[in-house]
Formats: sequence, C-alpha cells, structure tokens
Amino acid sequence: MSEPANAVIEFRNVSYGLDSERVLLRELSLEVRRGETLVLLGRSGSGKTTTLKLVNRLLEPTAGEVRVEGRATTDWDAIRLRRRIGYVIQEVGLFPHFTVERNVGLVPAVEGWPADRIRARVRELLELVGLDPAWGARTPRELSGGQRQRVGVARALAADPPILLLDEPFGALDPLTRADLQREFRALEQRLGKTVVFVTHDLREALALGSRIALLEAGRLEGVFTPAEFLSARQGLAADYVAAFRTAEQSTSLRGEP
Amino acid sequence: MSVLDYFLRHPNEVLELTLEHLWMVGVSTLLAVAVGLPLGVLLTRRPGWKRAVLGGANVAQTIPSLALFGFLLTLPWLRQQRADYLAILALTLYALLPVIRNTHAGIAGVDPAVVEAGRGMGLTGRQLLFQVELPLAMGVILAGVRVAAVIGVGLATIAAAIGAGGLGEYIFRGVAMVNDQLILAGVIPAALLALAADFGLGLVEKRLRAA
Repeated sequence: MSEPANAVIEFRNVSYGLDSERVLLRELSLEVRRGETLVLLGRSGSGKTTTLKLVNRLLEPTAGEVRVEGRATTDWDAIRLRRRIGYVIQEVGLFPHFTVERNVGLVPAVEGWPADRIRARVRELLELVGLDPAWGARTPRELSGGQRQRVGVARALAADPPILLLDEPFGALDPLTRADLQREFRALEQRLGKTVVFVTHDLREALALGSRIALLEAGRLEGVFTPAEFLSARQGLAADYVAAFRTAEQSTSLRGEP
Repeated sequence: MSVLDYFLRHPNEVLELTLEHLWMVGVSTLLAVAVGLPLGVLLTRRPGWKRAVLGGANVAQTIPSLALFGFLLTLPWLRQQRADYLAILALTLYALLPVIRNTHAGIAGVDPAVVEAGRGMGLTGRQLLFQVELPLAMGVILAGVRVAAVIGVGLATIAAAIGAGGLGEYIFRGVAMVNDQLILAGVIPAALLALAADFGLGLVEKRLRAA
C-alpha cells in the first residue's frame, strides 16, 4: 500500500473493542497530515478518546492498524513511540510530589539530558506557555487550574516531540481561562508547527483550533470537514451540531436584549 | 515488691529482655516489608493473584498466635533452629498482611490521571513505579508498616512460650507465679515499646504524606 503524502498518523480500518459486544470504535480510516491540527469532535462515548489513545499505544487496535510516521504502532517500541508524542489530558495529571520544574523536565531527565540543559529547556518552556520561570520551584498544588494546564502543555512539549495529542485539555477550566488558553494554544501551534490531534466535544473550540474536524458518533467517523465546510453543512450530524450551536448563540443574544 | 522496685533491682535483665523483644519485632517487621512490599506491588500488576495472596496472608493472621509458635516447634528442620529465629518467622507471617494490603491499596489509590500521564509520556513500568507510584503510595504503605510493628510488639510476648525470650518472659513467669507485679514488669515496657513504635513511624508517615 502506498503512503499518502504527508500523513504523519494514519488509521487504516481500525476497530477497537473491549470484547465482541462492546465495540468502541468501528473501521476508522483517517489520516493526520504533517503540521495540521485535526480536531476529533463528538459526544462522550463517541470514541474520540479511544482514537487518541490508539495513537500513542495506550490502546492497541483489535483490528486494522494505526501507523505513526509510516510504521504501525504495534511495531514501535511503545516507550520510544510515546516519547515522540506529547500527551495532555483534561485532568492534567501533574506529579504532585514533584516541583513544576521536575514535572516539565521529567522526560528529558529520563532521556539522560545533562542537568543544565534540562534547566534551560524548562525555563524556555515555562516562558513559552506564559508562566514565570521562577514558578518552577513551586509544587502543582500551589497553582490554579489554568496554570496547571499550562504546565501540562509545557511538559508535553519538553522533549520537542513532533506530534501532540490533547484530550479535552481546557475542558475543566472556567470560560475566560479557557478562551485565553485556546488563543495562546493557537498562536503556539502556529509557531511550533507540530502535528496535533485535539479531542473536544465543544464545536466552538473545534472551529477555533482545527485545520480539519473529524466528527465521531457512536464509534463511527461521520466525516472530516474544514471549519468552513462544517459550518455550511446542510444535512447530517454536522448540520445538527451547527443548528444546536446557533440556537445556543441565539438564546444568549436574545437574553442580552432588554 | 512493686514493679518499680523490680526495675530498679534488675535493670540489666529488664534491658536485655527489652532488647530481645525489640530485635524480634524489628527484624520481623523488616522481613515483612522486604517480602510484603514486592508482593503488594505484584498484586497491582497481576490483579488475578490478589485473592490467593491476600487470602493466604489472611489465613496466617487467623491462626491463634500461641498455636502458630507451637506449630513451628513441631516442624522437622525448623525445630532445630534457634528459638528467636522461629519467633521471628511467626511474627513475620503476622506482619505480612498489613504490609501487602497497604502497599496494594496505596498504589491502587494513586490518581489514575497521574498514572495515565506518566504512561502517556513514555515512562517505563519501572520508572513509573519508582518515581511516581511508590513515592505517592509511601504514606499508606508506612501506615501498614506501623500497624504491623505495633501488632508485632504485642505478639512478640508470646515468643517466650517457645523460649525465644523477650518481655513475654516476665508475663509467663508472672502468670505461673500468680504475681501481678511480675506481669506488669513485662507489660509496661512492651506497652511503651508499642507506643514508641507507633509514634516514631507515625512521624515518618506524616512527613512522607506532607511531601
């Protein structure tokens, strides 16, 4: 089979099930191109997190294969694969017993970087995500939710991985902080040019961040759209999403009127 | 003759028996950690073994202590060993359950998001265990060691029944002579040992939990 040009991640007829009855993902075929931000949009239970975890081999397909940089994930050494892929989750999962600096510098440390290079890298990353490098000495407990997620992003970027996976990273934040982080993330992404897969259930976020949007429903791919295509969809699930989105917008604007 | 008089008149004997006691409890608790901690970790990796291992440790707990010490004396090879070694073996069996159970509970209780983040960023199983899971579980594990040590101090008084020495000497002697002061001469230092072990390990535990 020929490799599609520029496909960094490729799903070939991928299914994933806990057993024959509980299938979370059915025959997914999808590619993520170099440098793009592909958003996986869907409700809870649609299979978007499953799809994400198949990329860094936290899960393995029960059928088909997922290829990362031209090689099936099952042929990769799982540890090497994961160190080439930054991973950010909604709960952040910072190590509570480590300082911010040790959290961010952990992958470089286990990769054997010298201490001064790690320190310099951590400073650079904290600045990149909008945190004062002096905060490296703090523990995660002393940070707000938004600051923790910034650290989470910095940690994922630590060893400069070409691929970034984000699972509803801003979902637990208040709306203002979320908007800030979305804006900064977009700027960051334009600067770094990583290949990004971003999971969300929020259409607004998908439209704001995605170069393309893959719509999932009950473990099946409904279609892949650019933001413009998604908004102009006249039928199908995409149109339902847009309609619900417009209704929500209207009701807020109606309430805003005297 | 009061307990105090007894202590003042036989300070060396009291000290010697207390040290024997401490030796048996200390060594058995360390052995229980050396065996129980890896077993507890293993249970988090092989959940299928949980019933068998915890069940086995549970059964050891249910054997009446006097009987267990006695049994060891009847076993071929074992009965030729030193009495305090036999006592240490029995005490270790009793100390295993709290250590295994708390190690398992401590690791299972680590925030799943933290473990997922660690796996997702490419930590090996060993790195995850030593850098993340064990440090975060240490407070709970130590609480188990603390329980094991305190139980051990009490149980070690039975060791005197098989001639292994320790503060139980006074208790058995006192019971035989129906002398409450002699019983107290064993009970008071044992109680103080238990309190000291509880307090000391409690301090370490608190420090680790705060970290």
